[in-house]
Amino acid sequence: MIRTTSLRYTYQNTKTDTFYFPDIDLSFEQNALILGPSGIGKTTLLHLIAGLLIPKSGNVFIGNTCVQELTRGQLNNFRAKHIGMIFQRGHFIKSLTLLENLTMREKLSKKRTDQHRKKQLIEELELTEVRNKKVHELSEGQRQRLSIALGVIHKPKVILADEPTSNLDDANCEKVISLLKKEAQICKSNLVIITHDQRVKSHFGNHIIL
Amino acid sequence: MLYLAYKNLISKPLNTVLSVLLLLLSISLATLVLQARDQLSQHLEKNIKPFDMVIGAKGSPLQLVLSSVLHIDNPTGNISLEEALKIGRNPMVKEMVPVSYGDNYKGHRILGTSTEYLAKYNATLTDGKLFEKAFEVVIGNDVAKKINLQIGDTFTSAHGLAENGLETHDENPFVVTGILKPTGKVIDQLIITNLKSIWEVHEHNDEHDHHEEEHEEEDKEITSLLVKFRNPLGALQLSRFINEKTTMQAALPKFEIERLMEFLGIGFQVINSISIAILLVAGLSIFLNLIKTVRERKQELALLRTYGATKYELIKLVFLEALFLSLLGSVLGWFLGRIGIWFFSIFTEGLYGYHFVFSFPTNKELFILAIVILTTLLAAILASLSLFKLNVSKTISNA
Repeated sequence: MIRTTSLRYTYQNTKTDTFYFPDIDLSFEQNALILGPSGIGKTTLLHLIAGLLIPKSGNVFIGNTCVQELTRGQLNNFRAKHIGMIFQRGHFIKSLTLLENLTMREKLSKKRTDQHRKKQLIEELELTEVRNKKVHELSEGQRQRLSIALGVIHKPKVILADEPTSNLDDANCEKVISLLKKEAQICKSNLVIITHDQRVKSHFGNHIIL
Repeated sequence: MLYLAYKNLISKPLNTVLSVLLLLLSISLATLVLQARDQLSQHLEKNIKPFDMVIGAKGSPLQLVLSSVLHIDNPTGNISLEEALKIGRNPMVKEMVPVSYGDNYKGHRILGTSTEYLAKYNATLTDGKLFEKAFEVVIGNDVAKKINLQIGDTFTSAHGLAENGLETHDENPFVVTGILKPTGKVIDQLIITNLKSIWEVHEHNDEHDHHEEEHEEEDKEITSLLVKFRNPLGALQLSRFINEKTTMQAALPKFEIERLMEFLGIGFQVINSISIAILLVAGLSIFLNLIKTVRERKQELALLRTYGATKYELIKLVFLEALFLSLLGSVLGWFLGRIGIWFFSIFTEGLYGYHFVFSFPTNKELFILAIVILTTLLAAILASLSLFKLNVSKTISNA
């Protein structure tokens, strides 16, 4: 469940530009696609929901929690447990292997580690063979799938994906979308994707246009 | 976090190895010098402690002390026993021990003295008995070990103090009557007999050379007289008297050794300065290394923040890496320093019969370790300052 109320954000160095965001209201397990031209503040909205940015005004509610009312410590903790982020170009820890990256994410979530889930997830994402490889040894598609794994391993309440398909070919794009949908279902979480990728549109009913 | 820190270091082996090497070098140098100085001064102090003053022939006072007390230099010459004893009768003198040299056996000095000499160094026998007659000797523990002499063995001495003396006194063999327990002092390296043995060896020689038949007691010579005073003031008064009014000289071991350590101190200081300079470079290298790491891995660190890691956890990560480096460098450096001491020891053992002992980290070394770790932690703080204002949102989206 995600709800935002009259969110507004201003970047410090460009005082003139203020982003006004439409209110979002997603019920349990409901997915949404955020569309809009670049520069309109899609990523900003995503980071506001994740609590990485603090809005000028307005609130973000996830479940029954108002993100803006959390202290820094609580926010870190909340993000660790309930937010999963997937980036356009994957961010990983280069010195660790695929498996170690996943374990790191799991550990930081401070939830009980679930070996079975980890194994299943790796299998589902077809990463079993490369699980002990360093990230730079993986192909683009494998990396994007790892990115998804990192976003969902800890069963977050909210999965936020920032242009997850823009660097992928059609086949991989299809795969990523279906995997995201499937994982969101398994985790019983809200999936929010920002994209300008036309290929994605048809897969989701709920469009929010900025 | 610990594992990640370790992995991060491993993934940049070149930087890590460079930092560790620099640290290792400076720490090993510093601990080596510290140990060498400490052990040397301890060794010297232990050996000069029994005596306040040495009376010997005129010459360099340092040489007199080195030869008569520490047994490493050549004696300055001989003095008349009678004249020396006259001084010894002074009421300020508590104890006195005459010593006389002349010969060696396989590089170990044969020292003619009284049994009091042994008592002054708290040397006791492991086996056998003390020398009673001329040509009976007790040998120091190291001598027994090194040249494998046992009680009842006989040997003939070589003239002079150099090992491969051409002239040997074959006519008068010495017999070993006792072996001393190890003392950790110079006495371990000596072959000790009574004064008479030394006189008789050379009398015999003199007979050959000069056909002098008679040797009166008054003509007897010794190398030096070792003196212990009732109170330290006595040494000052008496030494002035001896140096001004007699043909002999008096040297105060404590004073001479202090002077010697001062000379050596300059050398030690130079090496110390070098090790401090290397330490600074090592610290700088670690600092730059960390800054580079933080900068290069900004995105990874931001990523960890989106995973819910706190700023302090990120700083902890940088700290752990720094700590890892400094500990590794320090511990390896310490071991290298000890290995250095060990090699140094082999060298001095051959030259002066003195060996260094292995010791556990001293307080001073722990102090150096603490400084190194503090420095690296300071470097880590400076390097991680930028983490406080890390803009996670911006860093992560500027992929």
